[in-house]
Amino acid sequence: MISILRPAFVLFAALTLLCGVLYPYAITGIGQVAFASQAAGSLVSRGGQPVGSSLIGQAFSSPKYFWGRPSATSPMPNNATASSGSNQGPLNPALIDAVKGRINALKAADPANIAPIPVDLVTASASGLDPEISVASAYYQAGRIARARQLPDNEIRNIIDQYRESRYFNFFGEPRVNVLVLNLALDQRRP
Amino acid sequence: MTTQSFLLLVAFLAVLLALTYPMGLYLAKVGDGTRILGLGWIAKVENFLYRRSGITADSAMGWKTYAIALLVFNALGAIVVYAVQRLQARLPLNPQAFANVSPDSAFNTAISFVSNTNWQGYGGESTMSYLTQMLVLTGQNFFSAATGMAVAFALIRSFSSRSVKTIGNFWVDITRSILYVLLPFSVVFAVFLMGQGVIQNFSAYKDVTLLDPVTYTQPKNGPDSQPLKDSKGDPVLEILTTKTQTLAMGPVASQEAIKLLGTNGGGFFNANSAHPFENPTPLSNFFQMLSIFLIPAGMCFAFGRMVGDIRQGWAVLGAMTAIFVVTTVVVLIAEQQAHPALQALGVDQAASALQSGGNMEGKETRFGISASALFAAITTAASCGAVSAMHDSFMPLGGMVPLVLMQFGEVVLGGVGSGLYGMLIFAILAVFIAGLMIGRTPEYLGKKIQSFEMKMTSIAILVTPALVLAGTAIAVMLDPGRAGIANPGAHGFSEILYAFSSAANNNGSAFAGLSANTPFYNAMLAIAMWFGRFAMIVPILAVAGSLAAKKRLEVTAGTMPTHGLLFVALLVGVVVLVGILNYVPALALGPIVEHLQLFTH
Repeated sequence: MISILRPAFVLFAALTLLCGVLYPYAITGIGQVAFASQAAGSLVSRGGQPVGSSLIGQAFSSPKYFWGRPSATSPMPNNATASSGSNQGPLNPALIDAVKGRINALKAADPANIAPIPVDLVTASASGLDPEISVASAYYQAGRIARARQLPDNEIRNIIDQYRESRYFNFFGEPRVNVLVLNLALDQRRP
Repeated sequence: MTTQSFLLLVAFLAVLLALTYPMGLYLAKVGDGTRILGLGWIAKVENFLYRRSGITADSAMGWKTYAIALLVFNALGAIVVYAVQRLQARLPLNPQAFANVSPDSAFNTAISFVSNTNWQGYGGESTMSYLTQMLVLTGQNFFSAATGMAVAFALIRSFSSRSVKTIGNFWVDITRSILYVLLPFSVVFAVFLMGQGVIQNFSAYKDVTLLDPVTYTQPKNGPDSQPLKDSKGDPVLEILTTKTQTLAMGPVASQEAIKLLGTNGGGFFNANSAHPFENPTPLSNFFQMLSIFLIPAGMCFAFGRMVGDIRQGWAVLGAMTAIFVVTTVVVLIAEQQAHPALQALGVDQAASALQSGGNMEGKETRFGISASALFAAITTAASCGAVSAMHDSFMPLGGMVPLVLMQFGEVVLGGVGSGLYGMLIFAILAVFIAGLMIGRTPEYLGKKIQSFEMKMTSIAILVTPALVLAGTAIAVMLDPGRAGIANPGAHGFSEILYAFSSAANNNGSAFAGLSANTPFYNAMLAIAMWFGRFAMIVPILAVAGSLAAKKRLEVTAGTMPTHGLLFVALLVGVVVLVGILNYVPALALGPIVEHLQLFTH
């Protein structure tokens, strides 16, 4: 038995040291040298103050900002210390109620808009922290934001087009735009 | 299926195949124990470890010794994972001052990470200290994957060897798997992931100031920190406003890399690979999908090379790929469907140049439908269990495919090592059935398949369906089992069926609405995970021991070829037939009923 126990203990300890201590610290070291900003969370600052991470969505509700994906985290939406989806199945009445509530909120903020609402704007993201919306969802909100900021519609659309990301070769990635980046650009254009 | 989905699937398979073949030849060298040119410095570390541990590298073990060494090493792992979770409050690297994990949850997590399941009843960023995550959870990500590779190497050698009593040395197999494969590939992948935006630090959670304050309601707690109730017994709600957002941090990239390469799947964060800090871009997602399949697919070619006939590897990979492609297409189509109730509300669900459309509940914008659905098929075809979308919110048939892929026994690519040894067991069953049909003693790769091998094969194939179906039946009969259900109706049953399918087949993904962090589910699922792993490994090692001792017969005119299309079709047929016979009644009660309910109105 000792011929099994000794290798088991020594090898376990040595490999734990290698894979559980040296490896993560080595990666951390490489990260600080090569990708310092990404490794620290891709933080975005305004006037020297951190206002978010470009990778983590925030819950915007004011009419003058782009709204992001609905978030099912608790207790508050976009809780970045407790990521979660809604986990509601397609037949769950709570899912349909939630979608209705989101549609009503969007229509209340922009009664004149009769365009169909893009699906990603009324369904909860997987992480509850999705930083992006589809380009369709950004365009859908352009009119509301233009009025709230007293800017022409096409200026809002120009800002969207400036920051949108594309689907490459018709299959790689999705047409989308980062909500925090858009809203910072809006504030810079006209607070 | 949209053109986008089709192109993505084709691109994925093309890149995978290009990477897999050289990977397989490399893995064969690792399994053979031969020197690898240019990696002498790793050999020095390797030999140093052997000397310190008292291991004689060239002394091979019989199958029983091999199995005991494997079980001792994994039991030791389980104890250490449990202990660190139970003591984490007193240990360093715990900036959020998380309490010790509860005994039942710590037990479940220990079994889960040791068995390569990585089922998670907890939410990482609100439960585990950095030390727990990196020391024991990351550690087990390596060890459980290496254990799978070791068993696969032992089984392959039993085919290629001639009349020997040994199947290899377990210590050498795991050490080489880690030093030559898992660790170096993880380093490269982790650095790539950081470049894409995956975080890697040890700082406390960071507060940022929101542009737009958030107002929300939550149940109010009394002075005794119990929820307050009003006169009617309803919880009292309070309205709060916050101007800050707290961002969870941690050493994520290092764990993320091995999570996928080792087909572990246990996320640093609760949302797993859907979390932007784990999987920030479509490119990182594409490479995450590749890295899940890289080693399992490579093992097929390693198998072909080690038994001296690469066509055998092609046949096994061909059978796996055939099942994978057909099932993946179902998810891709199902998730692009428009939800009838949302359609009635006037929601735009059509795919276009401006949006992915489809069923976006529980999906991330950057992955859309195609990449989310493909990831779901990959993570359940392999026994990975990482998720980039919430499977619980999939359309009924979109959620059924991940369920079925797990129920096939995780042999469609499958886990690192475990996919290959699982599929070889099905290959043995396939030649046995073929042998019965033509009235000839079945043989596979020149080894006669006899009564002992068939008994062990039967155990290995039947142990997981027994665990899944018995576990599900018990859970739906008992109150603590039903209490965990989140969604009403047939979907609630699917949640339980999914949990046991995932646990017993060592996948680890979930219909995550199920509240599984309870003593009942923690205990039940831990049992399913442990026996689903080791009650399969031990019979397979027994088969290996028995095969190794046999002569290797020459190929004659009467030998059934096991590298042609006919055998591939037979192998696919056996896997699908066994899976369907076991699970169709259960599936009919879950996703099939749900599909009919959703689309009949």
